[in-house]
Amino acid sequence: MATPSDPALLPQPASQADQEFVDRLRAGDEDAFRDLVTAWSPAMLRLARTFVSGAASAQDVVQDAWLGVIKGLDRFECRSSLRAWVFTIVVNRARTHGVREARTTPMSQFGRDDDTGPTVDASRFQGPDGEYPGHWTSMGAPQRWDEVPDRRTLTREAIDLVEAAIEQLPPRQRLVVTLRDVHGVSSEETCAVLEISAENQRVLLHRGRAALRQTLEDYYRR
Amino acid sequence: MTEQRGLDCNQVVELVTAYLDGSLDADARAGFEAHLVECDGCDLYLDQIRQTIAVAGTVVADTLPEQTRAGLLRAFRTLNTR
Repeated sequence: MATPSDPALLPQPASQADQEFVDRLRAGDEDAFRDLVTAWSPAMLRLARTFVSGAASAQDVVQDAWLGVIKGLDRFECRSSLRAWVFTIVVNRARTHGVREARTTPMSQFGRDDDTGPTVDASRFQGPDGEYPGHWTSMGAPQRWDEVPDRRTLTREAIDLVEAAIEQLPPRQRLVVTLRDVHGVSSEETCAVLEISAENQRVLLHRGRAALRQTLEDYYRR
Repeated sequence: MTEQRGLDCNQVVELVTAYLDGSLDADARAGFEAHLVECDGCDLYLDQIRQTIAVAGTVVADTLPEQTRAGLLRAFRTLNTR
Protein backbone atom coordinates (compact mmCIF):
# COMPACT_ATOMS: atom_id res chain seq x y z
CA MET A 1 0.00 0.00 0.00
CA ALA A 2 1.27 3.45 -0.81
CA THR A 3 2.62 5.34 2.18
CA PRO A 4 2.47 9.08 2.48
CA SER A 5 6.25 9.32 2.91
CA ASP A 6 6.43 10.09 -0.76
CA PRO A 7 3.70 12.63 -1.34
CA ALA A 8 3.81 11.90 -5.06
CA LEU A 9 2.59 8.38 -4.33
CA LEU A 10 -0.54 9.54 -2.65
CA PRO A 11 -3.49 9.25 -4.99
CA GLN A 12 -5.85 12.10 -5.44
CA PRO A 13 -9.50 12.54 -4.82
CA ALA A 14 -10.89 10.12 -2.25
CA SER A 15 -9.31 6.89 -3.35
CA GLN A 16 -9.26 3.49 -1.77
CA ALA A 17 -5.76 4.06 -0.38
CA ASP A 18 -6.82 7.37 1.15
CA GLN A 19 -9.85 5.75 2.80
CA GLU A 20 -7.72 2.93 4.19
CA PHE A 21 -5.24 5.42 5.55
CA VAL A 22 -7.98 7.47 7.20
CA ASP A 23 -9.30 4.26 8.79
CA ARG A 24 -5.85 3.58 10.24
CA LEU A 25 -5.70 7.09 11.68
CA ARG A 26 -9.18 6.79 13.18
CA ALA A 27 -8.12 3.50 14.74
CA GLY A 28 -5.33 5.37 16.53
CA ASP A 29 -2.39 4.11 14.42
CA GLU A 30 0.47 6.28 15.68
CA ASP A 31 2.93 5.20 13.01
CA ALA A 32 0.50 6.35 10.36
CA PHE A 33 0.08 9.72 12.04
CA ARG A 34 3.81 10.16 12.57
CA ASP A 35 4.49 9.34 8.90
CA LEU A 36 1.91 11.88 7.83
CA VAL A 37 3.36 14.64 10.00
CA THR A 38 6.88 13.91 8.73
CA ALA A 39 5.83 13.76 5.09
CA TRP A 40 3.57 16.78 4.93
CA SER A 41 4.85 19.29 7.50
CA PRO A 42 7.57 20.69 5.23
CA ALA A 43 5.02 21.66 2.58
CA MET A 44 2.65 22.94 5.27
CA LEU A 45 5.37 25.11 6.79
CA ARG A 46 6.07 26.58 3.40
CA LEU A 47 2.39 27.26 2.78
CA ALA A 48 2.11 28.89 6.21
CA ARG A 49 5.05 31.16 5.41
CA THR A 50 3.00 32.70 2.61
CA PHE A 51 0.85 34.34 5.27
CA VAL A 52 2.96 34.63 8.40
CA SER A 53 6.54 35.66 8.87
CA GLY A 54 9.17 33.78 10.79
CA ALA A 55 9.78 30.13 11.40
CA ALA A 56 8.19 30.22 14.87
CA SER A 57 4.87 31.60 13.60
CA ALA A 58 4.82 29.09 10.78
CA GLN A 59 5.47 26.26 13.23
CA ASP A 60 2.61 27.49 15.43
CA VAL A 61 0.28 27.54 12.46
CA VAL A 62 1.25 24.05 11.33
CA GLN A 63 0.97 22.65 14.84
CA ASP A 64 -2.45 24.26 15.12
CA ALA A 65 -3.42 22.77 11.75
CA TRP A 66 -2.39 19.24 12.80
CA LEU A 67 -4.46 19.59 15.96
CA GLY A 68 -7.36 20.57 13.74
CA VAL A 69 -6.73 17.50 11.61
CA ILE A 70 -6.76 15.22 14.67
CA LYS A 71 -10.00 16.72 15.95
CA GLY A 72 -11.63 16.83 12.53
CA LEU A 73 -10.71 13.32 11.44
CA ASP A 74 -14.06 11.85 12.39
CA ARG A 75 -15.84 14.37 10.20
CA PHE A 76 -13.59 13.96 7.13
CA GLU A 77 -15.67 12.49 4.35
CA CYS A 78 -13.08 11.63 1.68
CA ARG A 79 -14.77 13.97 -0.79
CA SER A 80 -11.39 15.54 -1.44
CA SER A 81 -8.10 13.74 -1.03
CA LEU A 82 -6.71 13.54 2.49
CA ARG A 83 -3.80 15.75 1.50
CA ALA A 84 -6.01 18.41 -0.05
CA TRP A 85 -8.10 18.46 3.12
CA VAL A 86 -5.04 18.79 5.39
CA PHE A 87 -3.47 21.47 3.19
CA THR A 88 -6.74 23.42 3.09
CA ILE A 89 -6.76 23.43 6.89
CA VAL A 90 -3.25 24.83 7.09
CA VAL A 91 -3.91 27.48 4.43
CA ASN A 92 -7.03 28.65 6.28
CA ARG A 93 -5.28 28.67 9.66
CA ALA A 94 -2.34 30.56 8.17
CA ARG A 95 -4.63 33.13 6.61
CA THR A 96 -6.40 33.75 9.92
CA HIS A 97 -3.12 33.87 11.79
CA GLY A 98 -1.67 36.28 9.25
CA VAL A 99 -4.60 38.64 9.54
CA ARG A 100 -4.29 38.56 13.32
CA GLU A 101 -0.64 39.46 13.07
CA ALA A 102 -1.77 42.41 10.98
CA ARG A 103 1.29 42.24 8.86
CA THR A 104 1.71 44.65 6.07
CA THR A 105 3.15 42.85 3.10
CA PRO A 106 5.40 45.00 0.95
CA MET A 107 4.29 45.23 -2.66
CA SER A 108 5.91 42.49 -4.60
CA GLN A 109 8.45 43.58 -7.13
CA PHE A 110 6.85 41.13 -9.51
CA GLY A 111 3.50 42.89 -9.54
CA ARG A 112 0.05 41.86 -8.49
CA ASP A 113 -1.69 38.52 -8.72
CA ASP A 114 -4.29 39.88 -11.08
CA ASP A 115 -1.88 41.35 -13.63
CA THR A 116 -3.09 40.39 -17.06
CA GLY A 117 -0.26 41.68 -19.20
CA PRO A 118 2.25 39.56 -21.09
CA THR A 119 4.67 37.57 -18.95
CA VAL A 120 7.62 38.40 -21.15
CA ASP A 121 8.54 42.01 -21.80
CA ALA A 122 6.94 43.10 -25.08
CA SER A 123 10.14 44.88 -26.12
CA ARG A 124 11.77 41.48 -26.61
CA PHE A 125 9.54 40.79 -29.63
CA GLN A 126 9.43 42.51 -33.00
CA GLY A 127 6.67 45.02 -33.50
CA PRO A 128 4.25 45.16 -36.44
CA ASP A 129 6.91 46.85 -38.59
CA GLY A 130 9.53 44.23 -37.91
CA GLU A 131 10.68 41.66 -40.43
CA TYR A 132 8.90 38.93 -38.45
CA PRO A 133 6.28 40.62 -36.29
CA GLY A 134 5.75 38.89 -32.98
CA HIS A 135 9.04 37.01 -33.17
CA TRP A 136 11.99 37.45 -30.86
CA THR A 137 14.37 40.31 -31.57
CA SER A 138 18.00 39.29 -31.71
CA MET A 139 18.67 41.13 -28.46
CA GLY A 140 15.54 39.81 -26.79
CA ALA A 141 15.81 36.12 -27.61
CA PRO A 142 16.71 33.79 -24.73
CA GLN A 143 20.38 32.87 -24.43
CA ARG A 144 21.70 29.56 -23.16
CA TRP A 145 22.47 29.42 -19.46
CA ASP A 146 25.03 26.66 -19.54
CA GLU A 147 28.27 28.55 -20.02
CA VAL A 148 29.12 28.34 -16.36
CA PRO A 149 32.55 27.65 -14.91
CA ASP A 150 31.42 25.73 -11.85
CA ARG A 151 28.05 24.07 -12.32
CA ARG A 152 27.74 22.85 -8.75
CA THR A 153 28.28 26.21 -7.07
CA LEU A 154 25.97 28.02 -9.40
CA THR A 155 23.29 25.43 -8.97
CA ARG A 156 23.35 26.00 -5.20
CA GLU A 157 23.12 29.75 -5.78
CA ALA A 158 20.35 29.23 -8.31
CA ILE A 159 18.34 27.25 -5.78
CA ASP A 160 18.72 29.94 -3.13
CA LEU A 161 17.85 32.59 -5.67
CA VAL A 162 14.69 30.83 -6.80
CA GLU A 163 13.66 30.15 -3.22
CA ALA A 164 14.02 33.84 -2.39
CA ALA A 165 12.18 34.80 -5.57
CA ILE A 166 9.28 32.51 -4.70
CA GLU A 167 8.95 34.34 -1.39
CA GLN A 168 8.70 37.60 -3.32
CA LEU A 169 5.87 36.46 -5.57
CA PRO A 170 2.38 37.83 -4.99
CA PRO A 171 0.72 35.51 -2.44
CA ARG A 172 -1.53 33.52 -4.76
CA GLN A 173 1.23 32.91 -7.29
CA ARG A 174 3.49 31.92 -4.43
CA LEU A 175 0.94 29.40 -3.15
CA VAL A 176 0.44 27.80 -6.55
CA VAL A 177 4.16 27.62 -7.39
CA THR A 178 4.87 26.22 -3.92
CA LEU A 179 2.27 23.49 -4.25
CA ARG A 180 2.86 22.61 -7.91
CA ASP A 181 6.58 23.05 -8.45
CA VAL A 182 8.22 22.93 -5.02
CA HIS A 183 6.11 20.08 -3.67
CA GLY A 184 4.85 18.39 -6.84
CA VAL A 185 1.18 18.56 -5.92
CA SER A 186 -1.12 17.93 -8.87
CA SER A 187 -3.20 20.57 -10.59
CA GLU A 188 -6.43 19.04 -9.29
CA GLU A 189 -5.31 18.97 -5.68
CA THR A 190 -3.91 22.48 -5.90
CA CYS A 191 -7.26 23.75 -7.13
CA ALA A 192 -9.01 21.90 -4.30
CA VAL A 193 -6.69 23.29 -1.63
CA LEU A 194 -6.88 26.87 -2.83
CA GLU A 195 -10.51 26.67 -3.94
CA ILE A 196 -9.77 28.13 -7.36
CA SER A 197 -10.61 27.04 -10.89
CA ALA A 198 -8.21 25.12 -13.11
CA GLU A 199 -7.92 28.12 -15.39
CA ASN A 200 -7.21 30.50 -12.55
CA GLN A 201 -4.61 28.12 -11.15
CA ARG A 202 -2.88 27.87 -14.52
CA VAL A 203 -2.72 31.63 -14.92
CA LEU A 204 -1.17 32.04 -11.47
CA LEU A 205 1.32 29.25 -12.14
CA HIS A 206 2.18 30.73 -15.52
CA ARG A 207 2.87 34.17 -14.11
CA GLY A 208 4.84 32.81 -11.17
CA ARG A 209 7.04 30.59 -13.32
CA ALA A 210 7.68 33.39 -15.82
CA ALA A 211 8.85 35.64 -12.99
CA LEU A 212 11.17 32.95 -11.63
CA ARG A 213 12.63 32.25 -15.05
CA GLN A 214 13.32 35.96 -15.43
CA THR A 215 15.10 35.97 -12.07
CA LEU A 216 17.36 33.16 -13.21
CA GLU A 217 17.95 34.81 -16.57
CA ASP A 218 18.97 38.07 -14.89
CA TYR A 219 21.32 36.10 -12.67
CA TYR A 220 22.96 34.11 -15.46
CA ARG A 221 23.37 37.13 -17.69
CA ARG A 222 24.85 39.42 -15.04
CA MET B 1 2.62 35.51 -45.78
CA THR B 2 1.03 34.07 -42.68
CA GLU B 3 0.57 30.38 -41.97
CA GLN B 4 -2.92 29.15 -41.21
CA ARG B 5 -2.10 28.08 -37.69
CA GLY B 6 1.25 29.81 -37.31
CA LEU B 7 2.03 31.09 -33.87
CA ASP B 8 4.26 34.03 -33.09
CA CYS B 9 6.88 33.87 -30.37
CA ASN B 10 5.01 36.32 -28.19
CA GLN B 11 2.05 33.96 -28.29
CA VAL B 12 4.10 30.83 -27.76
CA VAL B 13 5.63 32.09 -24.53
CA GLU B 14 2.15 32.55 -23.10
CA LEU B 15 1.24 28.93 -23.91
CA VAL B 16 4.14 27.17 -22.21
CA THR B 17 2.30 26.42 -18.96
CA ALA B 18 -0.77 25.04 -20.70
CA TYR B 19 1.54 22.98 -22.92
CA LEU B 20 3.49 21.51 -20.00
CA ASP B 21 0.22 20.70 -18.22
CA GLY B 22 -1.04 18.89 -21.32
CA SER B 23 -4.08 21.13 -21.53
CA LEU B 24 -3.66 22.45 -25.07
CA ASP B 25 -6.03 20.85 -27.54
CA ALA B 26 -4.56 18.80 -30.36
CA ASP B 27 -4.50 21.66 -32.87
CA ALA B 28 -2.92 24.11 -30.46
CA ARG B 29 -0.35 21.55 -29.38
CA ALA B 30 0.54 20.81 -32.99
CA GLY B 31 0.96 24.51 -33.73
CA PHE B 32 3.04 24.99 -30.61
CA GLU B 33 5.37 22.08 -31.38
CA ALA B 34 5.67 23.08 -35.03
CA HIS B 35 6.82 26.51 -33.94
CA LEU B 36 9.43 25.07 -31.57
CA VAL B 37 10.96 23.03 -34.37
CA GLU B 38 11.72 26.21 -36.28
CA CYS B 39 12.41 28.63 -33.47
CA ASP B 40 15.49 28.26 -31.30
CA GLY B 41 14.46 31.17 -29.11
CA CYS B 42 11.16 29.60 -28.09
CA ASP B 43 12.67 26.15 -27.80
CA LEU B 44 15.17 27.63 -25.38
CA TYR B 45 12.47 29.55 -23.52
CA LEU B 46 10.52 26.33 -22.91
CA ASP B 47 13.70 24.60 -21.80
CA GLN B 48 14.42 27.45 -19.38
CA ILE B 49 10.94 27.17 -17.90
CA ARG B 50 11.62 23.46 -17.37
CA GLN B 51 14.94 24.27 -15.73
CA THR B 52 13.21 26.79 -13.50
CA ILE B 53 10.67 24.18 -12.41
CA ALA B 54 13.48 21.72 -11.74
CA VAL B 55 15.32 24.22 -9.56
CA ALA B 56 12.12 25.02 -7.65
CA GLY B 57 11.68 21.31 -6.99
CA THR B 58 15.03 21.06 -5.26
CA VAL B 59 14.34 23.79 -2.72
CA VAL B 60 15.10 22.27 0.66
CA ALA B 61 12.19 22.17 3.06
CA ASP B 62 12.07 23.05 6.74
CA THR B 63 10.83 20.47 9.20
CA LEU B 64 8.84 20.75 12.40
CA PRO B 65 11.00 20.66 15.53
CA GLU B 66 11.12 17.25 17.18
CA GLN B 67 9.49 18.70 20.30
CA THR B 68 6.49 19.88 18.32
CA ARG B 69 6.14 16.54 16.60
CA ALA B 70 6.31 14.73 19.94
CA GLY B 71 3.58 17.00 21.29
CA LEU B 72 1.37 16.28 18.30
CA LEU B 73 1.83 12.57 18.75
CA ARG B 74 0.78 12.90 22.39
CA ALA B 75 -2.30 14.86 21.33
CA PHE B 76 -3.11 12.19 18.75
CA ARG B 77 -2.73 9.49 21.37
CA THR B 78 -4.94 11.32 23.85
CA LEU B 79 -7.72 12.19 21.44
CA ASN B 80 -7.75 8.67 20.09
CA THR B 81 -8.20 6.89 23.40
CA ARG B 82 -11.61 5.36 23.03
